Amino acid sequence: MRRFPLLTLIAQRIALGVLLLWAVSVLIFVGTMILPGDVAQAILGQAATEQALHNLRLELGLYDPPHIRYLDWLWGVLQGDLGQSLTNRADIATSIGRRLSNTLFLAACAAIVAVPLALLLGLLAVRYQGRWPDRVISGTTLTAISLPEFFIGYLLIYFVAVQLGWFPSFSTVHAGMTLGQRLEAIALPVATLTLVVLAHMMRMTRAAILNVMQSPYIETAELKGLRRFDIIRRHALPNAVAPIVNVVTINLAYLIVGVVVVEVIFVYPGMGQYLVDHVARRDVPVIQATALIFAAVYIGLNLVADIVSILANPRLRHPR
Amino acid sequence: MSRELSYLSRLVAKGRLDRRAFLGRAVALGVGAGFANTMLARAVRAEGPVRGGALRMGLSGGESTNSLDPATWLTQVPQNFGMTWGETLVVQSAEDGSARPLLAESWEASDDAVEWRFRIRQGVTFHNGQEMTPEDVAQTIRRHSDEDTQSAAYGILTDIEEISVDGRDVVFRLARGNADLPYLLTDYHLVIQPNGGFDGPAAGIGTGPYKVEVNEPGVRHVGLRYDGYWRDDVGHVDSVEIIVMNDATARMSALQAGQVHIINRVEPRTVDLLARAPGVVIESVPSKGHYVFVMHCDTAPFDNPDVRMALKLAIDREQMITQILQGHGSVGNDFPINEAYALYPQGIEQRAYDPDEARHYYERSGHSGPIVLRTADVAFPGAVDAALLYAQQAQAAGINIQVQREPGDGYWTEVWNAQPFCASYWGGRPTQDAMYSTAYISSAEWNDTRFKREDFDETIFEARAELDENRRAELYRDAAHMVRDDGGLILPMFNNFLDGRREDVQGWVADPNHETSNLRAASRVWLNSA
Repeated sequence: MRRFPLLTLIAQRIALGVLLLWAVSVLIFVGTMILPGDVAQAILGQAATEQALHNLRLELGLYDPPHIRYLDWLWGVLQGDLGQSLTNRADIATSIGRRLSNTLFLAACAAIVAVPLALLLGLLAVRYQGRWPDRVISGTTLTAISLPEFFIGYLLIYFVAVQLGWFPSFSTVHAGMTLGQRLEAIALPVATLTLVVLAHMMRMTRAAILNVMQSPYIETAELKGLRRFDIIRRHALPNAVAPIVNVVTINLAYLIVGVVVVEVIFVYPGMGQYLVDHVARRDVPVIQATALIFAAVYIGLNLVADIVSILANPRLRHPR
Repeated sequence: MSRELSYLSRLVAKGRLDRRAFLGRAVALGVGAGFANTMLARAVRAEGPVRGGALRMGLSGGESTNSLDPATWLTQVPQNFGMTWGETLVVQSAEDGSARPLLAESWEASDDAVEWRFRIRQGVTFHNGQEMTPEDVAQTIRRHSDEDTQSAAYGILTDIEEISVDGRDVVFRLARGNADLPYLLTDYHLVIQPNGGFDGPAAGIGTGPYKVEVNEPGVRHVGLRYDGYWRDDVGHVDSVEIIVMNDATARMSALQAGQVHIINRVEPRTVDLLARAPGVVIESVPSKGHYVFVMHCDTAPFDNPDVRMALKLAIDREQMITQILQGHGSVGNDFPINEAYALYPQGIEQRAYDPDEARHYYERSGHSGPIVLRTADVAFPGAVDAALLYAQQAQAAGINIQVQREPGDGYWTEVWNAQPFCASYWGGRPTQDAMYSTAYISSAEWNDTRFKREDFDETIFEARAELDENRRAELYRDAAHMVRDDGGLILPMFNNFLDGRREDVQGWVADPNHETSNLRAASRVWLNSA
C-alpha cells in the first residue's frame, strides 16, 4: 500500500465516485417513485380502465415491493440492460446509444475548438496584461458569456446561415452522412457552444496564471533573462494547471449534459432533445436511464479533474 | 395588357421570372396584387406539374416517441409522413368539404343509413407488391374499431357493429343510422394496411405515392416515390424528406435560408416578417379550428341567459382578429361551424360588438361584481392577450371581467372543462355531426359549456340518420341557432392555418380540412426548380 501512494489515492477517488453514482441511482429511483400517480396511470391516461391498469402494473412489476424493483433495475443496469421505453417499446440502450454518440460528437468538436483557444487566449491576455490585446480578449469573451446561449445561436443563424448562407441553419445529422458533411452541419452549434464556454475557461486561465506570476520564482526566471512568453508557458502554466483543469472539466460536462437549448434551436438529434421528448410523455425508464448517464458523465469528469490536479500538484497527495 | 400579363405569368410558371418581379410588373400595368396572384396560380396550374426533385419539409410536432403505427398518430410529423405512404378509403374535398372517393371507388347506404356498402378500388398494390383486397380494408377498420384497441380513431368508430366482405365490397352494419360514415372514414388514422396491420402495425407498408425509406422518429423521415402507384395526379417529386423542427425560429430560418421547401405552424406574431423575406410565400388558409371562451351554462352567473348574451355582445371580434391573429383568421358567430363544413347554414345574422345592447342585457340579468375569466398561454396562441383585450372591451358595457392567469401545466385537466369560464380552442372535425357530438350534446364528455338541451340533442340525432340533404341542412340550421343564441360558447374567431413555402414549390392546394394542405402537401406539390 504505502509503496504506491499515488495509485492508492487514485483508487480511493474512483471508489468514492462509484459510491456517489450508486447514491445518485437510489435518488433517481426514489424520485420517480414519489411522483404523483403511479406509472401505469401516467402511461394510460385518464380514460384507462381498471383491467388495463392491472395488466400494465403486472407487466411492469409494479406490485413488487420497492426495494426488489430497485435491485431488479440496478441488476439490469449493471448488465447494460436499461430496459424498454414505455411509449414506443424500443430498447433504451440502442436508442440512447445513437443519441449519446451524437451528443458526444458535438461536445468533442466544441471542446477541440474551445479548450485550446481558451488556453491560448488566456496566455495572450497574460502576456499583454493591461494592454489592448488583453482588453479586447477579455471584453469580447465577457460579452459572449453575458448573452444567453439561445440568443447567440439565433444571431449566428440569422447572420451566418440566412444572410451569408455559409452554413446550414439546422444540424440534423444521420447515419448516411460523411464526416465532412457532419462537420459542416454542426458548424454553427459548435460556434455557439464555443462562444458560451470560452470566457469561463479563458478568464480562469488568465487569473490562475496571473496568480502564479506573483511568485518569487517567476521573478528569478525574469532575472535569468527568459522571454516573457516562455516564462508563462514553461514556468507559470504548469503550476496553474489544477484550477484550469477544474474549470475545463466543468465546461466539458456542460457541453455534454447542458446543451438541451442549443440542441433544440439547431434541431440536433442529441440526448437533450431525447430527454425532453420522453419527459413530456412521463416515460420513466428512459428518464432514469438518461439521468443516470448524465450523472455518470458529471461524476466521471470531476473524477478526472481531481486526479489530474493530484498528479499536477504533489502537495495534494499528502492531505494534512 | 392582359395578354402581356398572361405571358409574364407563364414565364413565372416556367421558372424564368421570379414572383416578385412579376408582381412588380403587374402593378406597373395597373393590376391589383390580388388579381395578379390569382392569375399566377392559374398559369402555374395550366403549366402542369413538374416531375422530380427532392422535397424537404421542416415540420413541428415530431417526437422520438413516434411510431409508424397509424393508431398512435397524434402530432403533425407522423400525420404528414403517414399521408405520404398511406391512404384512406375516402378523402374530404378541399373545395366544399364533401366526401370524395380514394381507395373506395363508390359507396351507397340503405335508406335508414344503417347498412353501408363500399366498393373497393381494384389494381392498387401495397409497397410490398401485394394487391390490396377488400379483406385488407375490413381488417384495418376492425383493428381500429375493436374494443381493446388503443387506436385514437376508436371514438369515431364505436357505432360500427359488424364488418363483412362481399365480393368487391366491404359492408358495414351500424348500431344506429349515420349518414356521415364516409366522412368518418376520412380520418387520417384509418390508413389501409396489409391484413389491417394486425401482423406489423408499425411496418410502414401502405398504398401511398411514396414508400418509407428512412424512419428516425423525432429526427427525420424519408420517403421515395413508389413506382407501382395507381394514379398520376399526386406524387410528383422523387423523394420527400421530413425533418423534425419543433422550434419555430429554427423552422423560419431554415425556410428563409432555402434549406427546406415547406414549413408548418408559422407564428402569427412573426408571419409578416417572414412574408417579407425574399423567396418565401405564406399560405394562410381558413380552417375549421377556433379560439373560444367557454361558459358553463349550469353554473352561476352563467346559468342566466342574459349574462351569457351580454358577454357575447361585449366582445369585439374584428379587433380580436387584427390584434391576436394579425389578420389571419375570420370572425366567428358563436356556433362552432364555418363555411369549410359541408351543409354550412348560410345567412345566419353575424353577431357584432354592441356595448349598449350588452349593457342592457347585463343590467336586466341583475348580476353585479367581477366575473373571473381563466386563461393560460397553452389555451391558444395569444390567449392571455386575448383575455385581457376582451376584459377591456367588456368594460365599455359596464361588465367587469377579471382575468386570472393559470399555469400552463395541468390547464387541460384542472381548468378547462372544470372551471365555469375559461379560454380554450377547438380543432375542426370532418362533419357538423362530429363537432356537435363531441362537445354540445348533453351526454358528451367534452361538453365544455355544459349545454344541455333535449331538443338540441334530438335535432342532432335526427340529422345524423337523415340522408336527405335539404332536410339535414335545415336541422343543422336549427342546431346552429340554438347554440348561437342560448349556448355558453363565445366564439370570436376561426384561426387560419399558417404554412410557409419557397417560391419554387408549386401546386399548393388551399385545404381547410387540416394543416399543410390536409396533411397531403408532400404528395400534392411539385418543384419548379427540379
